[in-house]
Order: sequence, then structure tokens, then C-alpha cells
Amino acid sequence: MSDLSISIRGISKSYQIARALGVQPYRTLQEEVVALPRKLWKRARGQSDTLETFWALRDVSFDVTKGEVVGLIGRNGAGKSTLLKILSRITDPTSGRADIYGRVGALLEVGTGFHMELTGRENVFLSGAILGMRRSEIAARFDDIVSFAEVQQFIDTPTKRYSSGMFTRLAFAVAAFLEPEILFVDEVLAVGDAAFQKKCLGKMEDVAGQGRTVFFVSHNTQAIRQLCTRCVLLEHGEVAADGPTDETLTVYNQHLRDMRVDAESGVNNPENRRGSGAVRFTAVSVEDLSGAERYAFDMGETVRFRLSYRANQPMRGVAVVVALRSGLSRDMVTSARHVVTERMVEPGSTGTVVVDLPDVYIRPGEYPIYLHLSESVPTKTNYDVLDDLTPPLVIAAGSRRMHDNFDPAQPFGIFSLPSRMTVAQAPVIGRVVAGSTALGRPAEMASTGITTGI
Amino acid sequence: MVSVDFPAARGAGRVEMEAVVDTGDLPERVAERRPTVVIRASTGWASLNLRELWTYSDLLFILAGREVKLRYKQTGLGVTWVILQPLMASLIFAVMFGRFAKLPSDGHPYALFVFAGVIAWNYFAGVLQRAGNSLITDARLITKVYFPRLAIPLASTFSALIDLGVALGVLAILLVIYQVAPTWRIITLPFFILLAGVSAAGVSLWLSALNVRYRDFVHAMPFLLQVWMFASPVVYATTLVPEKWRYLYGLNPAVAFIEGFRWAILGGSSLTVQMVIVSSAIAVAVFIGGAFFFRRVERGFADNV
Repeated sequence: MSDLSISIRGISKSYQIARALGVQPYRTLQEEVVALPRKLWKRARGQSDTLETFWALRDVSFDVTKGEVVGLIGRNGAGKSTLLKILSRITDPTSGRADIYGRVGALLEVGTGFHMELTGRENVFLSGAILGMRRSEIAARFDDIVSFAEVQQFIDTPTKRYSSGMFTRLAFAVAAFLEPEILFVDEVLAVGDAAFQKKCLGKMEDVAGQGRTVFFVSHNTQAIRQLCTRCVLLEHGEVAADGPTDETLTVYNQHLRDMRVDAESGVNNPENRRGSGAVRFTAVSVEDLSGAERYAFDMGETVRFRLSYRANQPMRGVAVVVALRSGLSRDMVTSARHVVTERMVEPGSTGTVVVDLPDVYIRPGEYPIYLHLSESVPTKTNYDVLDDLTPPLVIAAGSRRMHDNFDPAQPFGIFSLPSRMTVAQAPVIGRVVAGSTALGRPAEMASTGITTGI
Repeated sequence: MVSVDFPAARGAGRVEMEAVVDTGDLPERVAERRPTVVIRASTGWASLNLRELWTYSDLLFILAGREVKLRYKQTGLGVTWVILQPLMASLIFAVMFGRFAKLPSDGHPYALFVFAGVIAWNYFAGVLQRAGNSLITDARLITKVYFPRLAIPLASTFSALIDLGVALGVLAILLVIYQVAPTWRIITLPFFILLAGVSAAGVSLWLSALNVRYRDFVHAMPFLLQVWMFASPVVYATTLVPEKWRYLYGLNPAVAFIEGFRWAILGGSSLTVQMVIVSSAIAVAVFIGGAFFFRRVERGFADNV
């Protein structure tokens, strides 16, 4: 265990929240003076203050070894950011201890220390110094930073004139070249376009590949799945799961769904369900062709959606939309709309439809499911939506095409349309290359003229 | 009421929490490799950790540079403000106090006398103004990244030196106009600048830290500065203060560096060695006390700004 990187032992953090007055982070001296007699009076009578203790973190303990890439996941308010702030020494724990072995780089926000009035060059030095670099270190990496950010022409322009994309790239580049032994990253991928997000993920994978420790906090389960070998789930400030990423994310998705289904079992809950309640999904399942319910499929399999609904009011027909979002950007990736009937539907009646997505050739990844139910001509009131309330659809590369595995640093797109190759002219070929896969056998293909495709 | 049923959402296996709370072998590990950073609950007074501040010394100067740049970016008159402001103030004082009130000026031309006082005071007041609110202005930094927080108010001590340098240039021109030649005493000026810097830094450490907790310090600041200015020998000479009160008066560190500026630049002043020693001791005490106080409360900054 000599390669320990972070050791967290019983870290707790509490905040005082004024119950009656609402959250008030600071006070004026005047208020303090005015409140003093009342406070003393109360204390004399043995009454407590109106302050309530809120535990943001409760007895959190775990170890991270050197070179590990650990994801930290949890809902809003679970304590993820608080833990990261404690580990990066921005705030103190209330109790407990954490030992950190190595130089820390914390990236809690893109553009920390950037000032809009200053030029790109000035900001690189400012931000670098704030992140803990010496001037000489920044100067040595300056060219790399600027070329990674692709802002060479604008480096002497005030950053207020930058596009948000340029700004984000430059800001991330400074942090990326900090070269810490331990890197803390918080939700940085929430900003920037998809291509930039992938670049960031790629850079973080590089960092991890160099045997450095990465501690990555995100809501983005797909990003965590791609980067992290291990994942810690925080719930209500406590460690709810800690283990291989897949297992932790299963627990996380489970808890998320339990919570959501509980929260919206009332039809009119506006939080997750939209529309007037005239029509509602009553049961939804995703299954394979054998009828077994599952959410993980290989590329090329057929995905079957079984959707049951109930009309609570007369409906002018029924139509369903089955759509998939991108796990990374949340954009809609594909959608299919089907009209069940265009005739009036009696109130109180129920129905079930089965929608197949045959041969899904989307790239491996996680795709949240979006389901929509409406009248055959959609209206603004009589509809229902289940947006990411089921487990997401997980597409795996399958055994056949391992090299299709998504590399976040090099976006290969979302779809894998069927393609075909014919060798028009064969090169001169020699012996079989050791370790080549079944697919990489040009000798055979060339000699027999096999065309490959999906 | 329609209940939604997701069969898949139930009954899936849960991951057991890994047993990681094995503190038993911790001491050996610590013995093997000392942690770079130990994070613990804050209890009481913390050390100043000057070594860490030193590793961030570049940051201190880059922050000071940022303040200077931001001050002169997108200003119409730019550096002219730094020249105009003390000149106008001195002009008003010269008319009001020199001509009308006929305050003593230790035998120097009153305009020159008051200008030397004003630039020394302006440096001190400028640092206090900038540093006092600096932690609030840089709240985003404080809540997002760790670095020695002392660097923020201390940067103001350095950035205000630029303004002081410009003002000293103006003073040099005034000396030529009034045909006053500086003596050997001018070489002691850096000491008095240092004294002014230490005094200003010390007071601003207290002010900036208190301002995080009590926001109305901002409103108290102009009042504080005004009272302090008249409690210091800016528009009048220390000789105006009765002899028996001089020691008490010397407890105000501004007395020593303002009179020191005059003594170094113009020669002749009522400054005594005892006053310099008392003032310097007070300035150093305020600074060290401020630094420890700052370190004690800085752990709460991120939660309070």
C-alpha cells in the first residue's frame, strides 16, 4: 500500500443553517450587536439558537491508490462538491482526516481566476499561478497551452471578446497542462460543445494513462463509465456504494429510478411528468426478441419497447414517440413516432403497443430513453412524457467488433451505418501479423474477394 | 391516480459497500511516505506557513500585476488620475490649511509639505481600500481553488506601490520647482516605504478578514479612513501635538511613516527616533497579529464569502 494517493478517514462536514431566517451566509456587525442581548438571554435560559446543523458529509472514508481513476457520483446535494472542496483544501472538514500524497491540481470550474478584461496571455499566467504553477513553469508550457486551446491569433485579445468556446478551451488548457500527480475534476464537462468535451475526456485519459490519479466528479454516467475503473456513490453525504464503475452505476441508476418513481407516483406531479394527465403511461419495459426484459444490448440487436397506457379522458387518437438521447450531450439521437389510432379513444380504456428498433447500429454507449404519448395530432395538454425515468439503453460493442469501442478522444459519431468494403486492388502481402484479429486478415479477403460489412 | 410500474426498477442486485474503514494499518503507511498534505478539522491558531506562501510568491506578484493592469484598462485618463488626485488634494489642503488656517509646516513650503504627507497617506489608504474588500471581490477564486489566501490582501500592498512611484515622480518635479534639493536623508526613504507597507498590510489583513464575516466594514471604511487621516500628520506637522501627548500619538503607525517621508525628502521634521521605534514596533505587531488572525479565520472564508 505504499502507492497510496488519497486516504480519507471519517471526513464529516456540517453547516449551520438559520432555520427561521433562511440561509444567511454572513451577517453585519450591526445585526450581531443587536442580536447579542437576545442571544445571551436565550443562552441564560438554556435555549438553543435557531441554527440548525446540516450534515453535508457524514463519516466518509475510502482510499485511492496511485494511478487510479475514481469517479464520484451522486445526486445534487449528495455532498460530491463538498468532498472535492475539502480534498482541494478550499474548505475545512468539521471532523476527520484526509492525507494526500502528491501535488494536487483541482479543476472545480473552467476559467478559475480568469478575468474578462485581461488578454488571453495575461489570463494564462494568472490562472496558472492561481492553480499553483510558477511563472517559469507556465512560460515553458505556454505554447502547448495555446495550441491545445487553438487560440493562437487571439492570445493578445482581451478574453471578453472571446467566444464562449475559445474561452472554455483556453481555460481548460491551462489546467490540463498543470501536470499534477493528482487531478480533481468537477463537472467541467458540463460546459463546451460535444467535440470539446471529448477532447477534455481524452486529455484526462492521457493524464490517467501516465499513472497519475484522477478523481472525477460528475452527473454524467457515460463520461464516468468511459474514464473510471472505480466509482464511489455518495448519498446524503454518505458513501452508498464503492466498487467497480459498472456495479456502482447500477446502484446509482437503481436509486435514481426508485426516487423518481416514488416522487411521481402522483399523476399530477409536475416535476417529472408533463401534460394534463388526460393520458398516462402505466407501464414501460424494454426487452429483447425473446421477451426478456433488459437494458443492455449489443450493437445490431433488436430493441423492443413495450408501452402500456391509459386514457383518462376522451382522446383524439393515440400516438407514441420512442426516442433516444445521447448520454454525453443529452441531445436527441434518434426518434420514432407511431400513430396507434386516429379514432376517438374512450376514457378509462387501456392499451399496449410494442415498438421495435430493429438492428440498432448506434455506437456503444449509454442512451437515456425518452418516451412520449399524445393524441394522433399532438396537443399542448393531452400528452405524457417519460424522460430518462427508465434505466438508459446501454449499447455494447459486442464480441464481434471490439475495435468499434468508443474512444472519447476521437469522436466516431453516433451511428454505425452499414458499410461495405471491396478490395479493388490488393497490395503485396507477406506473412500473417502476430496478434491480428479475425477481421484483420487482408490475405483471405483479398484472395477470396469477401466483402465485409455489418 | 395511476401508478407507474417499472419492473426493472426493483429487485436488482445492490453493490455492497466495500469495507474501507481499516484504520489499523494507517500508522505504518504514514511512516513509509509522508503525506504532502494533511487535511484536518481546524482547531484554533494555525501556523503562518511562510514556506507555502513563498512557493506561491509568483502568484502574489501576478495578482498585484493584475490589479495594476485592471486599474488602467479602459480608463479615459489612465495614469493621469494617479497624478491629479494627490495634486488636487494637496492644492485644496494648501489653500484651506496652509493659507487660511496657517497650520505650521516645520519651515517648509506648505504645498510641498502637504504633498509629501498626502502621497504617503494615499499609499496607506489606497492599500486599505483595495485590500479591505479584496476577499469579497475575489470570492469566486476563494470558493473554487486553493492557494494561500494571504496572497490576496498582500497583493494590494504591492500593486499600490506603482501609484506611489508615480506620485514620487510628481514630487520630484515639485522639488525642482520649489528648488529644494534632497539631502543624504533620501536614502532612508525605502525604509519608510517599507514601514508604510508593513503598516498598511497589517491593518488590511485585519480589515479584509473581518469584512468576510461582517459586511458592513465596507461602509465603515470611508469613515475610518477620514478619521485616521486627521489623526495623522498629513495636513499638519506633529509639532502641533502637545509634547506630552507625542508618545501616545506615536502609537499611530501612520505618524512615523508620514513624518518619515518628510524627513527623508524635505529634511527637518519633528520626527524622533523613539517615535520611529514605537511606530515600527506597533506596525510589526499589527502585521503579525493580523497574519495569525487571518490564518485563523481563513478556513471559513470559502463558506462565508
